[in-house]
Amino acid sequence: MKPTSSQFKKSARVALVDPDLQRAMGFIRSGFVENRRAAVEKLPEFDELRRSARGIKEHTLQNLDFYLQAFEKRVKADGGQVYWASTPEEARDIVLGICRRAGAKRVTKAKSMVGEEIAINEALESAGFEAIETDLGEYIIQLAEEPPSHIIAPAVHKTKSQITELFHKHHARYGYTERQTEVPGLVDEARQVLREKFLSADVGITGANFLVAETGSTVIVTNEGNGDLTNTLPPVHIVTAGIEKVVPTREDVSTLLRVLARSATGQEMSVYTTFSTGPRRQNDLDGPTEFHVVLLDNGRSQMLGNEFHEMLRCIRCGACMNHCPVYQGIGGHAYGWVYVGPMGSVLTPLMVGLDQAGDLPNACTLNGRCEEVCPMGIGLPGMLRQLRRRQYQNRQTSTVSRVALAAWSFLVRRPRLYRRVMGGAVASLAWLARRRGRFRHMLFAGGWTSVRDLPAPQGSSFQNQWRKRRQGSQS
Amino acid sequence: MTSDATSSSRNDSPSIRVGLFVTCLVDLMRPNVGFAAVKLLEDAGCLVEVPELQSCCGQPAYNSGDFSDTQRIARQVIAAFEAYDYVVAPSGSCAGMIKEHYPRLFATDAGWRNRAQQLAGRCYELVSFLHDVLAVEDLSIARKGSVTYHDSCSGLRELGIHGQPRAFLGRVSGLELREMTDSNVCCGFGGTFCVKYPKISEHLVSNKVANIADTGADALLGGDLGCLLNIAGRIKREGRATKVYHVAEVLAGMADVPAIGDADTPDDTP
Amino acid sequence: MSDAREQVLANIRAALNRAGPLPDSIARSLQGRLSRPRANLKPAIGGDTIAHFIEKLGSVSGKITRVASIDKVAEVVARHLESFDLGDALVVAPDPALEGIPWSNRLGVERRAAAGGDRLSVTGAYAAVAETGSLVLLSSPDSPTTLNFLPDDHVIVLRESQIVPHIEDVWVRMRSDKQAMPRTVNFITGPSKTADVEQTIQEGAHGPRRLHVILVAK
Repeated sequence: MKPTSSQFKKSARVALVDPDLQRAMGFIRSGFVENRRAAVEKLPEFDELRRSARGIKEHTLQNLDFYLQAFEKRVKADGGQVYWASTPEEARDIVLGICRRAGAKRVTKAKSMVGEEIAINEALESAGFEAIETDLGEYIIQLAEEPPSHIIAPAVHKTKSQITELFHKHHARYGYTERQTEVPGLVDEARQVLREKFLSADVGITGANFLVAETGSTVIVTNEGNGDLTNTLPPVHIVTAGIEKVVPTREDVSTLLRVLARSATGQEMSVYTTFSTGPRRQNDLDGPTEFHVVLLDNGRSQMLGNEFHEMLRCIRCGACMNHCPVYQGIGGHAYGWVYVGPMGSVLTPLMVGLDQAGDLPNACTLNGRCEEVCPMGIGLPGMLRQLRRRQYQNRQTSTVSRVALAAWSFLVRRPRLYRRVMGGAVASLAWLARRRGRFRHMLFAGGWTSVRDLPAPQGSSFQNQWRKRRQGSQS
Repeated sequence: MTSDATSSSRNDSPSIRVGLFVTCLVDLMRPNVGFAAVKLLEDAGCLVEVPELQSCCGQPAYNSGDFSDTQRIARQVIAAFEAYDYVVAPSGSCAGMIKEHYPRLFATDAGWRNRAQQLAGRCYELVSFLHDVLAVEDLSIARKGSVTYHDSCSGLRELGIHGQPRAFLGRVSGLELREMTDSNVCCGFGGTFCVKYPKISEHLVSNKVANIADTGADALLGGDLGCLLNIAGRIKREGRATKVYHVAEVLAGMADVPAIGDADTPDDTP
Repeated sequence: MSDAREQVLANIRAALNRAGPLPDSIARSLQGRLSRPRANLKPAIGGDTIAHFIEKLGSVSGKITRVASIDKVAEVVARHLESFDLGDALVVAPDPALEGIPWSNRLGVERRAAAGGDRLSVTGAYAAVAETGSLVLLSSPDSPTTLNFLPDDHVIVLRESQIVPHIEDVWVRMRSDKQAMPRTVNFITGPSKTADVEQTIQEGAHGPRRLHVILVAK
């Protein structure tokens, strides 16, 4: 999808006053946040598992080329194919090529963030294929023609009544004319509509939570069963995955699974955790005859070993955004691309450019809740600060803030001058506000006073008073 | 005593020498917090000095991506304070800056990194210093009323400050502590964030004020003046009566001055 | 395409400050890590594995019925069909372990992979994990994967001896059984569900609406 991150401020303002969105964001607090807390409380070994998971990822990243090649070798040994793509365009071409060679018409998709990253749906549609999202949340936003607003719950911003109208409008052609207003009815109707798509698909595309080097397996972690119907029914199965998804052994995956579901939804284990290894075997009664894995780089290799290295540990659980007070206030669309919240604020500028996504690293209070809940211990605030550093070095920050900052830095490095200048300033301000103790308006401080009063300084600065006292006690 | 610092102490026997890092906000906006810090430290037996060559810890530059100016400011702070037994600040974010971030700033400069690490090891936020290092037990303070406490983000997540202020508040005779919902969720200050993204900041601070109001407490306390100025400003804008103080002011028995955003002879005409 | 492969590998090596692939000695050591995997930390689960499994599966809406022997399976399934009004046809996996179950004559039993209209399937399992309450199914001619996902209801016949404590125990068992990875390994933990409508949990998304485990003592 084309990034709209440059519209961040405007989108955020709109989101803050959207009552449906605000109500939906409330569900994140009572749902994901509370459920994660309960799950973590029940598992005494959680922190140790987190450390272990982090160690597995770090070891893998340090030897990433080795493990990717080991993975590729095993996939091929079991009759699968592996493709490498440096860019989204290359990845799209590979997927389209496979679909064309298969003579496909209909393509079912299980959730793949990499799929969104390379905008595969638009590419499939333009090339004449019918692409159907099958994860219920992805299906809903596909009907609504909207981007995802959360990486685990892409339709979290939608209300039940909005979904009712979407289904009523789009399912009429399948013979469903009754308006479904309750959750069971909505889910059941989606089940029935999508069942026919599952059964008639020529190609199924899934993502991968993990790629297992030991066995050449791709792993998906889901709850609905759509991922499994997508990777089992069509004759062709394509997996799209980032190169950082590789993990050495099945034992390592087991550790990561323990922290993934708990961090994402508070579940101990998702309903379906599936390992896919190669195409169907000789006497199998079902399963695809072709198995293709597309490995995407798109800047990931450039993050290795530098200040953004830790981001490669991300297992896409969504805990960071669930706990981010900014994300909770504005939802996902304001971020303008497929990755949202704290992790999106790091990845989006790196993948689409800081010039497009300049607000994202700055619309953060650096409160650190994201890092606290991240199962992989990723230092998100630190990386956002590093992105601000790049903006500063590239002179991508506003002139006003550069000048103000330079003036402040100039002053504070000259403490005696600072004491005289600032001491004088605050004494004046204190006097001006002597009756009310605060300002409703303040020149050059509109950003503050538009939203809250500005408490007045108490009077003479501490340093000035302290000096006077000392001089007084010495005389 | 060095000649470029000013100091005071309550006794003549060898004391712990504390360099007080006042912080720019306390220095400029609310000196009473600085004096409260001095009193608390002296009562606990410390020799308190206030180096003159201090102003700011460098967070504004740091969080705006200007690492070179941050380094210059940091060197000034390190040089001014490294002679003391401890450097103590009445702010979790400033103490966190010195403790957690100064060493990282000098990752490629072994000499300064060493000095930064040395100082970091001796740097504390005020309340946690009193509780964890000095093991102060009795404050002999009484104050009637109810308070609620806001956990500032840096103090909580970088320095682990949570139990210490509550332990002390529990020993203030006559004082009732009421916990608010989401006491550990960001108030929306975030340094320059609150002026660059005022609408998002408004959302966060109004949630915070609503949670405070729900407790019915007379006063809000906290350990970071940035948060307190932000929250007090919003409380006033919403016309609410909750008073806002820095926790040090209450613990030092120096909270009989006008609260943050209030005046001596309050004139509440809008 | 191979250009991209070389480019990506070269980028990785450059970023890790290496001129080329890993030195042989390190590669050998990593290869050893791959061929002799070791478990990391496994959470404690207490002594009674079977009870733990039952509790965990129950907590995610899995239904469990305990029976003394495999021939009791027939009546449990018949009751299930009746109580959920599923008709009288079922599809049973061609699994030898399910041979000889005395299905009632009035039931239509087919041994095949699943098809779109199937109401209820009966399969075996490779193992079950007590830690998580999961059933582990391996795809094979005896155990076609579609039986686990297409029908409305899924019944799994499991022997108590198949329950292992932790996820890793499944891999250990596969290695000692010399069981290579099949096309599909499913860990199934309850019936399918979604929370995509206003975060309200709804069972019966795209996979089975109900999961029923018949736990056979012997």
